[in-house]
Amino acid sequence: MSAETTAANTVSERKAAALAAFKDLARDPGVPKPDPILVVDGVVRRFGGLTAVEVDHVEIQRGSITALIGPNGAGKTTFFNQLTGFDTADAGKWTFNGNNMSGVPAHRVARAGMVRTFQLTKALSRLTVMENMRLGAQHQRGENFWRALVPGSWRAQEDAITEQAEDLLARFKLDAKREDFAGSLSGGQRKLLEMARALMVKPELVMLDEPMAGVNPALTQSLLGHVKDLRDQGMTVLFVEHDMDMVRDISDWVIVMAQGAIIAEGPPDTIMSDSRVIDAYLGAHHDAPLSDSELQEQLHQAEAALEAEIEEETQK
Amino acid sequence: MDWITIISTTVKSAIGVETVLYALAAIGINIHFGYTGLLNFGQAAFMGVAGYGLAVTVTVLNLPFWIGIAVGLIAAVLLALLLGAPTLRLRADYLAIVTIAAAEIVRLVFRSVKFKEVFGGSDGQRGFSDGFYALNPFPEGEYGIGWFTFSHRLLWIMLVGWVLVAISCGIVYLLMRSPWGRVLKAIREDEDAVRSLGKNVFSYKMQSLILGGVIGSLGGFVYGLAYASVQPDVFGTETTFFAYTIVILGGAARVLGPVVGSMIFWVLLVLVNGVLSEAVQAGYIPFMTSIQVGPVRYILVGLGLILLLIFRPQGIFGDKREIAFDVR
Amino acid sequence: MRRAVIAFTAFLGGLIFLLAVPAQAAAPDQGLRGTLKLQGQPVNGVKIVVTTEGGQPVKEVTSNAQGAWEVPVDKPGKYKVTLDVKTLPPNAVIRGGNAVRTPTVFSGNVSTVLFALQPKGAAGQPTAEEGGETSPFLDQAAQLTFEGLNLGLIIALAALGLSLIYGTTGLTNFAHGELVTMGALLAYMFNVGFGLHLIPAAVIAVIAGGALGYLQDRLFWGQLRRRGTGTIAMMIISIGVALFLRYVFLILFGGQNESFAQYTAQPGIEIGPISAAPKNFVAMGIELAVLVIVGVALLRTRTGKAARAVADNPALAASSGINVDRVIRIIWTTGGAIAALAGIMLGLSQNLKYTMGQDILLLIFAGVTLGGLGTAFGALVGSLVVGLFIQVSTLWVPPELKSVGALAVLIIVLLFRPQGILGRRERIG
Ligand SMILES: Nc1ncnc2c1ncn2[C@@H]1O[C@H](COP(=O)(O)OP(=O)(O)OP(=O)(O)O)[C@@H](O)[C@H]1O
Ligand SMILES: [Mg+2]
Repeated sequence: MSAETTAANTVSERKAAALAAFKDLARDPGVPKPDPILVVDGVVRRFGGLTAVEVDHVEIQRGSITALIGPNGAGKTTFFNQLTGFDTADAGKWTFNGNNMSGVPAHRVARAGMVRTFQLTKALSRLTVMENMRLGAQHQRGENFWRALVPGSWRAQEDAITEQAEDLLARFKLDAKREDFAGSLSGGQRKLLEMARALMVKPELVMLDEPMAGVNPALTQSLLGHVKDLRDQGMTVLFVEHDMDMVRDISDWVIVMAQGAIIAEGPPDTIMSDSRVIDAYLGAHHDAPLSDSELQEQLHQAEAALEAEIEEETQK
Repeated sequence: MDWITIISTTVKSAIGVETVLYALAAIGINIHFGYTGLLNFGQAAFMGVAGYGLAVTVTVLNLPFWIGIAVGLIAAVLLALLLGAPTLRLRADYLAIVTIAAAEIVRLVFRSVKFKEVFGGSDGQRGFSDGFYALNPFPEGEYGIGWFTFSHRLLWIMLVGWVLVAISCGIVYLLMRSPWGRVLKAIREDEDAVRSLGKNVFSYKMQSLILGGVIGSLGGFVYGLAYASVQPDVFGTETTFFAYTIVILGGAARVLGPVVGSMIFWVLLVLVNGVLSEAVQAGYIPFMTSIQVGPVRYILVGLGLILLLIFRPQGIFGDKREIAFDVR
Repeated sequence: MRRAVIAFTAFLGGLIFLLAVPAQAAAPDQGLRGTLKLQGQPVNGVKIVVTTEGGQPVKEVTSNAQGAWEVPVDKPGKYKVTLDVKTLPPNAVIRGGNAVRTPTVFSGNVSTVLFALQPKGAAGQPTAEEGGETSPFLDQAAQLTFEGLNLGLIIALAALGLSLIYGTTGLTNFAHGELVTMGALLAYMFNVGFGLHLIPAAVIAVIAGGALGYLQDRLFWGQLRRRGTGTIAMMIISIGVALFLRYVFLILFGGQNESFAQYTAQPGIEIGPISAAPKNFVAMGIELAVLVIVGVALLRTRTGKAARAVADNPALAASSGINVDRVIRIIWTTGGAIAALAGIMLGLSQNLKYTMGQDILLLIFAGVTLGGLGTAFGALVGSLVVGLFIQVSTLWVPPELKSVGALAVLIIVLLFRPQGILGRRERIG
């Protein structure tokens, strides 16, 4: 009983601490935070003529839940890709925990404690749920070629990893599925699995790209709970989300992106009344079903690209 | 028709030299393709550099047999590094094209007049296997019962070959149940996901390429030693494609798949070849000549590959749910 | 990692130098052998008759696909080796004219018998080695550039179809080379078999090639797509198709080299530093015209635009009302027809053979990959680069190794531009 109370106390402390940190901050894009875990400067990514990302400066507060919102095609996923080393930025620098992370390959970024999930879920279909989870653990002795040949050298560690994975699976209500192929899970379950797997890395900063997309409302509630849990365990969360109710529910701070740039920042309850944000969203179908609007967006882009290409060809 | 010959050659082919060397090549491809999802279409080059490494070391440099084996193995590792460095960051189909191109480069260099002094041109090299047969524990003679007999030379190379197959399968078994193997299988599924979990995907792909290449190169040694010669055209792309057929026949990503596949593959080919050529000679098939029997085996392999992938992509004994590559 | 690779490369280079020290090879038994080549290409199906010095027959053999032949003999001594000139390809003659050699075989040795072949009326196509001594470097470079363009255009014809098919269906078609062979062999069948003049025969073959392309998609690949067959599985299936067709061709056509009934040994004409048979100029004109027509069609016609839209994003194209299946079928038909044309042009400038498509397939892939997989115009650029590189590189490398250079360039380009020259990178996440 008393243990629970202490836990509840720390929880509220963490949330309170996070909120306190944001209390007196200005609403300007790129506003400095008291204790940033991630500091980004001048990141630019262009695809041909399109500037997908052009972020001057942004900081992510340690121990908080920060939401990154913006209309479709704003460049959120591309921004994630740059930060986590999955794509090479044309320009820019960023530091994680004070260490330079620009130009660092993706696997090193993850090892440094900055782990992401993907908008289009990447479950490893023909591995079981448990194998998916085990894969996330770091510093595995058995992942070395020579030691892998001697089962005795990695068995004990594997058991410890399995135990850890079982805990997480239970928390994410996937324990009944542990021996199923990940490919047989439902879309929402895959989202859960991907999140749980990312946590196996024991990251300091979790970057979730639309963790709730395609998850049913009942499950969403429990996912929201998980995300809050992460902060309460001392992790920092940066997540992309389109549903403003959810953003309001869990985030401590909101960053708004449009056309590649950060256009506003602020607390969740007031951000949507910011005029810059309204402008950015005006005309964007941000509350239409995702798949439809995305398709629309892609259609426009494909058309534009095709026209540009034709123009280019005819000019030759 | 001479059924005894047909049956005896067929039965012998189940454990014969071809079966062994293709099993080794296929075990390598199984590591690449079945477990890691790497489309290496240059396996023949791994066999080639190993066979030639041995041949050239012994005949041209007059060094002992063991050094030849070492040179062949080193050459296979180097080839993996050279092939892997530019291609392992590319998409699967680029990798396929680049590896097939690299294998062709290797073959063309082996058969070129320019390097005839070293590689022997299109005739290849011979006379490098004495060191191996000097180690033969079997006294001269024929071993076996009835028609199921092998010469002491054949028995020796088959023994060594099957021991190599057993060791390779053992290694694959151990590795694929370990966390190392788990990373490979995960890379096959989605390498970006693996990267996001802090694994150095490039390094694992390279390790896979080297391991599979080295095991495949053992097949090159077995070829060179069994036939006491190497020729460039033995190591052409069709050899690689045969090995792929074998992997799929036996079931990709199954430890014993390549071995079983190789046995079935060669039994079928030898049987068909034997029956056809006997039938043609006996005049049962008037519209075919004996020269036309050779191409038939390739036609069958082609047809077999098509039908397998369409109707049983999981291989003869495989389980549809566990099929290792994306058929859908 | 990269540094380690460079170090290993250097090490390997050193190793090759070490190995290049010539030494005597010991061969266990004795015999005679040789390799027949015409302009660096192996010549197979040529009959070689070996008798003893006294005229006792020993053995008759024919050269294999690599142009090689070999006759083991029981005893050392002098032998008579006769090349049956009637079995040579129609455009080849023995240099010096003498078809008989009398080599001596020593115990335990295989002696090599040389028959040097050269093209009939060689003036039309000087080989790189021969031209090297007589003409100045620049003239030769111009000549090779011309030949490279010729080859590049042929590769481009085949590559365009391959690339469009890849772009629209995701199929890396290893059987595309067999479409090339098929076109050439069909033209040969109508031309030599049925006695038609080459021009109508070629027209029929191109139409037939288109029809076969259509049928292949309609009856085979289209069905597989409908079943949802994955791209890697389809790639391996195409390897099966290639093996199957190639050896069916071997059975039907035989393993020898052939040439068309017309335009084989044309006397060359000279334009500036370039000398070539008139057929080459005409062929290049046709190739260029076809490429331009297809290119313009891709840019301007509804179907062409639809094709590129499908290549860009099939699901999206389908949802925006494009009939994807129809577009793909048109592409297969066009691809089959221009691949057949490529085969005919290849047969015209070189020889007809059942492996001609396989031999050029890697160059087609090199062209397509260089340009960027799936981009139609990239395939054109890439193919021209490959063709030019192959021919021009013979200024420095032996002709037998010219493909090596092109393939090596492919690998090197991919090192620096993994998406090819005109390709785009894929999105992640
Ligand atoms: N690999 C690529 N090649 C070309 N353009 C790209 C690529 N990746 C992204 N883009 C473009 O960059 C822009 C930003 O895309 P991004 O996926 O980052 O948007 P997003 O904010 O994540 O949108 P959503 O909310 O719909 O997921 C879009 O216009 C997109 O078309
Ligand atoms: Mg996104």
